[in-house]
Amino acid sequence: MTRLVLRRLLSSIPVLFGILLATFAIARLLPGDACQAALQERANPRTCNDFNHRNGFDQPVLVQFRDYMGDVFTGDLGDSVKFRRPVTDLLVERLPVTLQLSTAALFLAVLIGVPLGVIAGYRHNSKTDVATIVGANVGVSIPVFVLGLVLQYLFAKQLANTPFGLPPSGQLSAGSLPDPWYQVWGLRENPVFEFIANFDLLNAVLIWRWDVFVDGIQHLILPALALSTIPMAVIARMTRSSLLDVLGLDYVRTARAKGLRERVVVIRHALRNSLLPVVTVIGLSLGTLLGGAILTETIFNLTGVGKTLFDAIQGRDYFVVQGFTLVVAVTFVLINLLTDILYSFLDPQVRVG
Amino acid sequence: MAIEEIPLSEQQAAEAPPPAQRQHGLWRDAVRETLRRKSARVGVAILGLLVAIAVFAPLLAPYGEREVLIESEGLRPRTEPCIHLSVNWIPDVPVLRQVERFLEVNGFSCSGSQPQHLMGLDGNGRDEFTRILYGARVSLLAGVVAVSFAVMIGTVLGLVAGFFGGWLDNGVMRVMDVFLAFPALLLAIAIVTARGPGLFNAVIAVSVVTIPVYARVVRSRALSIREQDFVTADRALGVSNLRILTHRVLPNSLTPLVVQGTLGIATAVLELAALSFVGLGGDPDQAEWGRMLALERNQVFTSPHLVFYPGVMIMLNVLAFNLIGDGLRDALDPRLHR
Repeated sequence: MTRLVLRRLLSSIPVLFGILLATFAIARLLPGDACQAALQERANPRTCNDFNHRNGFDQPVLVQFRDYMGDVFTGDLGDSVKFRRPVTDLLVERLPVTLQLSTAALFLAVLIGVPLGVIAGYRHNSKTDVATIVGANVGVSIPVFVLGLVLQYLFAKQLANTPFGLPPSGQLSAGSLPDPWYQVWGLRENPVFEFIANFDLLNAVLIWRWDVFVDGIQHLILPALALSTIPMAVIARMTRSSLLDVLGLDYVRTARAKGLRERVVVIRHALRNSLLPVVTVIGLSLGTLLGGAILTETIFNLTGVGKTLFDAIQGRDYFVVQGFTLVVAVTFVLINLLTDILYSFLDPQVRVG
Repeated sequence: MAIEEIPLSEQQAAEAPPPAQRQHGLWRDAVRETLRRKSARVGVAILGLLVAIAVFAPLLAPYGEREVLIESEGLRPRTEPCIHLSVNWIPDVPVLRQVERFLEVNGFSCSGSQPQHLMGLDGNGRDEFTRILYGARVSLLAGVVAVSFAVMIGTVLGLVAGFFGGWLDNGVMRVMDVFLAFPALLLAIAIVTARGPGLFNAVIAVSVVTIPVYARVVRSRALSIREQDFVTADRALGVSNLRILTHRVLPNSLTPLVVQGTLGIATAVLELAALSFVGLGGDPDQAEWGRMLALERNQVFTSPHLVFYPGVMIMLNVLAFNLIGDGLRDALDPRLHR
């Protein structure tokens, strides 16, 4: 087991190095001059010289890459030219928004997708089954942004003055941002505490403000729902087909022959084994979620990683592009690694093989 | 000499297997097997409809693709859909008249003097229905082109990596891994930004981003096929590597490639629409569903029809390829034949 984990860790090193190289290249390949993008009307040969020197852009590319690697390992991702703040500060502020959104979406996807898949698989060819399949097919085919806009129209316009009305955008209602929990608890500020405080829901729980928590949930429902449809559909389909396979196996027949209750046969015997491929699908969906977050955040006006990255690419904010893509890609690789390890933990065959 | 005297048809009859056992080609079987599934038939029907719309757009469209109607018809931009039900071809049945009345009261129809616009006008005062029709051309073509390009490059990379193995395999696949480590849309946005916005560059970007998927599929097939006996036999006969690749490995990799490619078109269409949505697709003048939707997204509360119709069209397009792809996979996967 330990050997397997170690081997997987080692094999992801070249990929991580490749990611470093790629993020560096992406930032440099964006056309347009970083200096002009940053200084706008104040850009002239003198100020640009100064700017390039300050940011190390006047060095040879290889030296820049060496410095970049060194900086990354010491946790320095450079300063945003637009916000004039360290990229790590921006990450502390905005990564939680995206993580919270993705987690909520994944939660919804699993919570609805798995039971739907189980029912559809168990009642093979029934009306529920057909409805699930049709729903899943439509679900994977709706673009995130279309669904997001439709949801906004439905819940924020048509149902606005009913109990089902939901806010169209943002993270919290205007003016309702509470104090971060570390201040309430009387602790000194530090980046880790700040990072935790930027998970709005978590912060609300920590300072015991249920009104803020409910407000946060209300703002989170629509974007999370929009983002969750594709993974939900994929998970439901996978659960269904996997359960169908398992239900036909001999040991399930044996379990039934022993006179076990149907519920026990399906849930404890069949479902457990059929969830293996579902775990892989869940891991892979996280990548889709991070990509979809770019669109969801744009539509619902959330300042998360996706929106920041998009703005940074448009505005040639080199260090933000570099730092944020790096974090996203590394997160993705780590999630895949975790999925692999979890999979081998769940399935002894993989462990031996 | 004796052979020449036998009539040709008789000779053929002697050689051909009895009709009852005639073997169909893999592909013919696959198509038949695919079409036995209702979902695949629905997919083919939707795709057929979209292709027909794309081909006959100029005939079906009541206005020109870029025709601005504000001046000529005195309508405001974003006028709501106006459907005239009281046209001659609707029979004068009381029930239908009642339906018409209901629609009129509920704002779906409009007074007879107002010109008919099935989907209303867009923000620039152009007929939305016309632009939806023309949009089918761009969306279908762009998706197919993007995937074809990706499949070609991916196949070559996968074949070479899987067949030759060693450092070549390692090198190619690690690069593919790095590609896969980024969310596809993010990478596509970066590529389009680097090359400049535009439909062509968006297609290239979507294509480049999906190359690893096909490379992986082909590589895994190549890995297993190069160990097969018929390849060893070829080797023993001194067949060149190139010929083994093109005549043995490639044909045997086509099945998963076709399935993956069809499903890939669905993904490509989604991603292209997303790129258009963030403003990196074609120019605003061109009728393209993603772009049309993006231009009007801030008006979703006041003119939902301008978001709804392009959205539905994108969804139908993606749905068609998803359904066909799923059907093909089921039909071509030997494990599922029962």
